[in-house]
Amino acid sequence: MEFLNVWELWGGVILRFWPVWAAILLTYFLMRKYRQRLGIFGNLLDSAVGLSGLMIVLFWLFTALFADVVATFEPLEQFYRYRRKPPGVVELESMVPMFFGSDNLGRDLFSRMVHGSRFVLLIAPSATLVAFIVGIMLGLPAGYKGGRTDSILSFVANMILSFPVIVLFYLLVTPGIRETALPNVMAGVFFMFPIIFALTVLRSRFSERPELLIPWSVAVLILGGWLYSGIVFNADPLGWISMDPNELNIFAAVVFASSPGVFRIVRGLTMDIKTRDYVAAAQTRGETYWYIMLWEILPNSRGPLIVDACLRIGYTTILLGTLGFFGLGLAPESPDWGSMINQTRGFIRLIPTIVLPQTIALASFVLGLNLLADGLREESLKD
Amino acid sequence: MTKPILEINNLSVSFFTRHGKIPAVMDFSMTVHAGEAMGLVGESGCGKSTVALAVMRYLGDNGKITSGSIRFKGRDVTSMSETELRELRGSQVSMIYQEPMASLNPAMRVGQQLMEVPLSHEIISNDEAQQRSLEMLESVRLPDPERIFRSYPHQISGGQQQRIVIAMALLSKPALLLLDEPTTALDVTVEAGIVALVRELGQQFGTSMLFVSHNLGLILETCDRITVMYSGEAVESGPIREVFRKMRHPYTQGLLRSIPLPGTDKTARPLIPIPGQLPLPHERPQGCNFGPRCASFQGGICDKQEIMMSSVSASGHFSRCSRVAEIDWDAVPESSSSVEKMAVGDTILAVRNLSKRYDVAANSLFGGKNTGSVKANEQLNFNAKKGEIVAIVGESGCGKSTLAKILLGLEEASEGSAYFAETSGAEGVNLAHSPVESRNIKTVGHLQIVFQNPFDTLNPSHTIGNQIVRALEKFGIGKTPQERREQMLELLDLVKLPREFERRIPRQLSGGQKQRVGIARAFAGKPSLVVADEPVSALDVSVQAAVTELLTDIQRKDRTTLLFISHDLSMVRYLADRVIVMYLGRIVEQGTADEVYSPPYHPYTEALLSAVPVADPNIVKEHIILVGDIPSALNPPSGCAFHTRCHRKIEGVCDSELPPKKDFSTDHHVHCHLSVETLLTMNSVFRIENNENNNNKEVVSPVQ
Amino acid sequence: MLRFVLKRLFVMLLTMLSLSLILFSLVNLEPNLRKLALEQNNNRMGQEAVNSWLEKNGFRRPFFVRYGEWVAGAITGDLGYSSRFRKPVNEVLPKRLGYTGILAFWVLLTMVPSALLIGILSGMREGSALDRNLSIFSITTTATPEYVSGILFTVIFASWLGWLKGVSSVKDITFENFTLPVMTMSFYGMGYIARMTRASMSEVMTSQYIRTAHLKGLSFRTVVFKHALRNALIAPFTVILLQFPWLLTGVVIVEKIFNYKGFGWTLVEAAENNDINLLLACSLVSVVVVIGTQLISDVGYAYLNPRIRMES
Repeated sequence: MEFLNVWELWGGVILRFWPVWAAILLTYFLMRKYRQRLGIFGNLLDSAVGLSGLMIVLFWLFTALFADVVATFEPLEQFYRYRRKPPGVVELESMVPMFFGSDNLGRDLFSRMVHGSRFVLLIAPSATLVAFIVGIMLGLPAGYKGGRTDSILSFVANMILSFPVIVLFYLLVTPGIRETALPNVMAGVFFMFPIIFALTVLRSRFSERPELLIPWSVAVLILGGWLYSGIVFNADPLGWISMDPNELNIFAAVVFASSPGVFRIVRGLTMDIKTRDYVAAAQTRGETYWYIMLWEILPNSRGPLIVDACLRIGYTTILLGTLGFFGLGLAPESPDWGSMINQTRGFIRLIPTIVLPQTIALASFVLGLNLLADGLREESLKD
Repeated sequence: MTKPILEINNLSVSFFTRHGKIPAVMDFSMTVHAGEAMGLVGESGCGKSTVALAVMRYLGDNGKITSGSIRFKGRDVTSMSETELRELRGSQVSMIYQEPMASLNPAMRVGQQLMEVPLSHEIISNDEAQQRSLEMLESVRLPDPERIFRSYPHQISGGQQQRIVIAMALLSKPALLLLDEPTTALDVTVEAGIVALVRELGQQFGTSMLFVSHNLGLILETCDRITVMYSGEAVESGPIREVFRKMRHPYTQGLLRSIPLPGTDKTARPLIPIPGQLPLPHERPQGCNFGPRCASFQGGICDKQEIMMSSVSASGHFSRCSRVAEIDWDAVPESSSSVEKMAVGDTILAVRNLSKRYDVAANSLFGGKNTGSVKANEQLNFNAKKGEIVAIVGESGCGKSTLAKILLGLEEASEGSAYFAETSGAEGVNLAHSPVESRNIKTVGHLQIVFQNPFDTLNPSHTIGNQIVRALEKFGIGKTPQERREQMLELLDLVKLPREFERRIPRQLSGGQKQRVGIARAFAGKPSLVVADEPVSALDVSVQAAVTELLTDIQRKDRTTLLFISHDLSMVRYLADRVIVMYLGRIVEQGTADEVYSPPYHPYTEALLSAVPVADPNIVKEHIILVGDIPSALNPPSGCAFHTRCHRKIEGVCDSELPPKKDFSTDHHVHCHLSVETLLTMNSVFRIENNENNNNKEVVSPVQ
Repeated sequence: MLRFVLKRLFVMLLTMLSLSLILFSLVNLEPNLRKLALEQNNNRMGQEAVNSWLEKNGFRRPFFVRYGEWVAGAITGDLGYSSRFRKPVNEVLPKRLGYTGILAFWVLLTMVPSALLIGILSGMREGSALDRNLSIFSITTTATPEYVSGILFTVIFASWLGWLKGVSSVKDITFENFTLPVMTMSFYGMGYIARMTRASMSEVMTSQYIRTAHLKGLSFRTVVFKHALRNALIAPFTVILLQFPWLLTGVVIVEKIFNYKGFGWTLVEAAENNDINLLLACSLVSVVVVIGTQLISDVGYAYLNPRIRMES
């Protein structure tokens, strides 16, 4: 067996990531150039913590994007002769090195780690986005109108939040659940929110200008309906959009678990902002509830919401890892980081490095998001 | 002369931020002698509080004294060690702060916080410290010191909290007391009590004082000498009366001309605003900082080199003006607008028996059983005519903002009516029970509001242009987006803002500019009634005049009725045609401005007028100090709500029966138990005194 | 005060009831029942047989009748029979909870003081070098979930250094085999509490009453200990108690990694073996713990904060 030395190993790894480095550099220069227009994200360039967080997040984002170029092997490809090999072993048939060694089934850990970023970066941000829309659509009226709406919604939110997450997932993400209609119903409800949200945003703003309202609403309905049919019912007429049933299950469960948290934050921010004079000014102009909530209150709570979104994507990443770790809801061979940790952890006494790529990948991505959130918070407090 | 207590020489202080070095105070000199009260006056951001904190050498992590010296009793504070500083702070020099509530530790009992002062500076037993603290609480005239000693700060009222802060400051008998806007957060009648207390205790203990304030009247009433600051520099200093009578710096003169005095109105003495605004610290001009705003500015002299303080008289009067000898200081200023009294039209707002009560659980968290009702408004009756400025005056809790909310449809009244006829002659709509959502768009557009807080009035996320256009859109003005944009630009012209502001966001505007946008937005729908809720009280003195002038100009042009809500009696006297005085939800007096500001008064009006600090050494006023604080609206006193503090209370009557209405003219009504004869024999609160050598500045009438 | 507690208790009961209903219906979904039948009998039995088994064992009675029975049982302390452990739930659960109690005790004992110390030190002088280093440390810990840190610690302390043991045991708790689980759990939770303490502390340190205290001539130590700490620790107190839902997840992960057979391990066993009664009981216990700590946190907050307490 042939092994790379330390320099060849790390040199090779760094070289493999070349499209990622190029993309990060490009982003950095574009940010410098247009920093005035980027608002708070432009200020990040001044904050060492925030900038390093952003760089880590961008690294994984571009890795997910260019995974096919960066990875050396197929993530599911097994090499029987190369099981549990230490880092730097060279696969002699293709003469391609397995930079981080291989796992129990002889799969290249480096390529699996690179491909694993795809799962996380597909589910975590989009589930967080949907959770935010759900939380916003329910949190705004609860905070703004108060009263009975608030009592009921807050009760439900608190109830979900007092469910220990792990119990919730043991009950919600199982093959048994997928036999019932529950995941589809949940996804069906949650994916209604973005469409209703977009329509409400348009209606509240352009109710005086039908020439804009109607075409935009139609566009939203067509686009939303198309995505909706593809994701929820797997019935996209064009056949482009589809979602794996177990991914849909996980997606729905993650949204279910994290939207109450968003609800609470939005509700609190709304209760604070609704006492401002510009809200009173809007009321005295006779604006509708939804205009005030969506156009007067929501834009001014964006600072704390962006910070929370970063933290929440990180938290969702940890949650997805937990699911993988318990083998919940994912295909056994799936190259996601959580499953990889679970599959390799039994062999640390034989070969300790076997768990490192996936654990460090997961921790570094979450760390990047947390640093980014911290930088954003510091910068938004400075103004 | 005695040895100075405090001697500041050429002090410069800078703050170091990520934008670089920001000089906050430059070349500042000042001397305070034993037993003397020095006033330090200036607008926000001029560096006056920084000077006060520099005396304690407490400038935070990024503030540094870059040059100069501060000598306290001959020792240089700038070179003291931390230990020496600790011995100085709280013992030799102590401070009274602007917000008493925030200055007291919420989790510690008042007694503990007081005892800490002697305990940390002297070798003294606990019992002795407690004894001294209790005595001091008595000296600051707090009722029931034992109870207050055991209370937490949030259990007592704002005025009492400030008395505790004063007690804390005086406990170790300091040689110098720093007062940083000590009454700004308090109501005017409470302020009067605090000011009298501070002055008296200062004399009693022989303490020197450095009184920092933006209020010229307050400084005039409390201090012996004055230093005026502008943009980080002292621009004028001298004996108080001399500076007020013979000011020798254009900024001081401008400041005095831009504030209204309670004896004058807009037709007799129009305000003259100072043009422009305070320069930002890193945009200060070359030469004289005030140059760009100064009417006497002369290129080549004022903008060439640093200008130094120079003596203008033998009595220690200094000015930082290079043209001090050339300017004609006594020239009568040209009035920018000649104002005539406007004829008023028909009644457009008729409020009858309007009441608003809130039911409140006494304690929502613990769900106490005793629910009460706050009577925010009780039986209000008044009219407003077309083109008239009606002022509603009162202190916190008097219900003036609730009234505004009812009229605007943000709250519904419990009883009564408020008929509003948008255009004269039209059938009126009752505003009392119609929330804004149920009003038609015409009524909404005809009834608008200008808010108090400029930092809150505009949505920080939208551009100025969009915010005005949205109002136009909502009121159905203009058919196409282009038309509305044109209208919006015209509105910007109207409020004298450059058209480029269309694309700005509120963060890029100063307070005064934001308030102008607020006015433009309120007047977008050509309203017939505008409620102005303290529209200038949060602005700097020099900007107030300009915004007020703008507001009344537009009001006059459109013959809009203005409901001017204010606690500033000088401003009200200056602006209003008619005045309504409120106390704890009820109207106690109403009439034309002349009628309300001269006897017969309601005793509350009398006390309120006497409490207003007047920035004119020629005006002598009656001195009435009310006892205690304003009672809580949750549990208002029986009978006449004012009886608990009234200096003319009739025992047995005022505390049990509602006062009757007494009419002195068709417009002038006073709600009081005093007989008509007593009311008619009242003296005027203000008298004009032209004797320059008169040192006895107040006629003190013993109260109670 | 009593009214407040009673009101909270009522809301708590209502929450429990609603949650138990949801739990019960999720656990009793048709596929789960079918799996139960197959496991209890013979994996190859047909649909007919499954139905008749379910019928015979009372699973086909109306939903609410069965729910009512279960609630009545739970109230009287009868949580049913565990199919995994082949004995009543009541004999399984208390013992396992006890083991987890020991773990949680040590976790709280190490985590809370160190988190508060880190938070106070970094919030005391915001922006100092010490603050920056401690902040990075606490951000790092919150980014490292137990299944990452637990494994990394095992690699470092067990595989490489050989100081500690990577497998734990409830029967024989020693320093070597118990340190890693405790360390792993406190590591993840520490950062969050420290961040909250820091935020609270730095907010207090910039407040005006701290300026008052400085300008009274008190020393920095006195200002921090007498004036700042009490106000700054109110917020973290609630944060610590509201950490319990997270602590439960952590318990499950850590007990699985280190094979410590406590409550979390039992929960996983119940879920993976489709042990309906045990799973219901475990979920119920978790919910009681979470809601109970919420109640304590509300009441405790009111006691710590004189501004709220005195209003009553």
